[in-house]
Amino acid sequence: MTRYTYYPGCTLKTTAKNFEDSTLASSEVLDIELVEPERWNCCGTVHALATDDVMHHLAPIRNMIRVEELKEQDMVDNKKMVTLCAMCYNTLKRANEVFKSDRDKKKKIHDTMYREDIQYSGNVEIVHLLEVLREGGWDEVKSAVKKPLTGLKVAPYYGCLLLRPRGIGIDDTDNPTIMENLIEALGAEVVDFSHKQKCCGSYHTVHMKEAVADLSYNILKQAEDAGANILVTACPLCEYNLGPRQTQIRKQYPSFDSIPVVYFTQLMALAFGLDEEATAFEANKPDPMPLLTEMGLMEKNKNGSNK
Amino acid sequence: MSSFGSKQTLRFNPGENTFKNRVNELSGENVDLCFQCGACSSGCPMTQEMDYLPSTIIRMIQLGLEESLESKTIWTCMTCFNCEVRCPRGIDIANVMEALRQLVLRKKYNRVSLDDLTQEELRELPQIAIISNQRKLTA
Repeated sequence: MTRYTYYPGCTLKTTAKNFEDSTLASSEVLDIELVEPERWNCCGTVHALATDDVMHHLAPIRNMIRVEELKEQDMVDNKKMVTLCAMCYNTLKRANEVFKSDRDKKKKIHDTMYREDIQYSGNVEIVHLLEVLREGGWDEVKSAVKKPLTGLKVAPYYGCLLLRPRGIGIDDTDNPTIMENLIEALGAEVVDFSHKQKCCGSYHTVHMKEAVADLSYNILKQAEDAGANILVTACPLCEYNLGPRQTQIRKQYPSFDSIPVVYFTQLMALAFGLDEEATAFEANKPDPMPLLTEMGLMEKNKNGSNK
Repeated sequence: MSSFGSKQTLRFNPGENTFKNRVNELSGENVDLCFQCGACSSGCPMTQEMDYLPSTIIRMIQLGLEESLESKTIWTCMTCFNCEVRCPRGIDIANVMEALRQLVLRKKYNRVSLDDLTQEELRELPQIAIISNQRKLTA
């Protein structure tokens, strides 16, 4: 069992609770213990790009102090902070890089956070759960599979912030393979498609939902045309734009039917043979249950409905 | 003296182009490196919503045209960094867009308001959507 600091971020506690539930349950199977600090704060969700903006780096850096505290108390085995949300991952990692490379900003950040017990050293490493899985080896994942996901044709959707900018992403920016490797290890079929790195429209979903629906439609359509019957993602905002936003897509593209979108950890929980609390599919829109029951991967709910 | 292969730049009104200098300083980029290949614009997923292409915005800054601040483009950019990984001149175009937004936002301008959303939308939207939307588009 390796113990890591776990940074959930705000959305995994609310609209993406299914992401967290499936993560915690499937990580346990792989002997990965995720230790959540008692007090963590919002990372800010986007990296501050202006050169004079130091203030917005404070929130992400403050979380890294939590990692060093846990390490000092021997609650974790390393100074890695495991993230799941692609926005958290990107924001935390980039702020950490700024802190380590810019002496002036580092001093300003230290001066501002003088009331913290620990002065951040810069030694925390921000990782994504997918990287932890890769480091442990895909054979480890494979050996934990009890119910191979045969018949599932999975399109891996990376989006932006897991891969860009270059040097920050968890894998090769142009030709990523990390999600493909996971899907294969779980016994499902990988469907390569042209739009796996195209942006879903991100935060414009708040005020420009029609434009976001255009982008999401293209992504879903390309995946479907390539032969996929389900998409996986690692970002709660991508999941929202590709999943629940399908209602908006159908208004603009009446010929579009629907295709389920799930988190990669939900497929892990399913393949590891975990219970419905762990797979947590009931929160996904559209409902993936009809597909999963058809494939013989899930049994119909006891009350007979698939919702 | 520059030699073959080094990054030569076009220089428009050197020293006098204060708008360009402000954008360069705030973004940390050198927009003069751009030679208008258009790779950023061809890879941008949001051009259909823009009034000027990203590469056009860069040219406008080179020329010191402050009208670039009034374009729809800077608010349509969603910092997906697609342009950034494609630019053969190494310009982080998303940083330039952020600098332009900041120049406007710092005059207490709000592009969007949460008051426009219904209670249902506020309940359903993931927090990360709302927070990033407000971070990028409000003062």
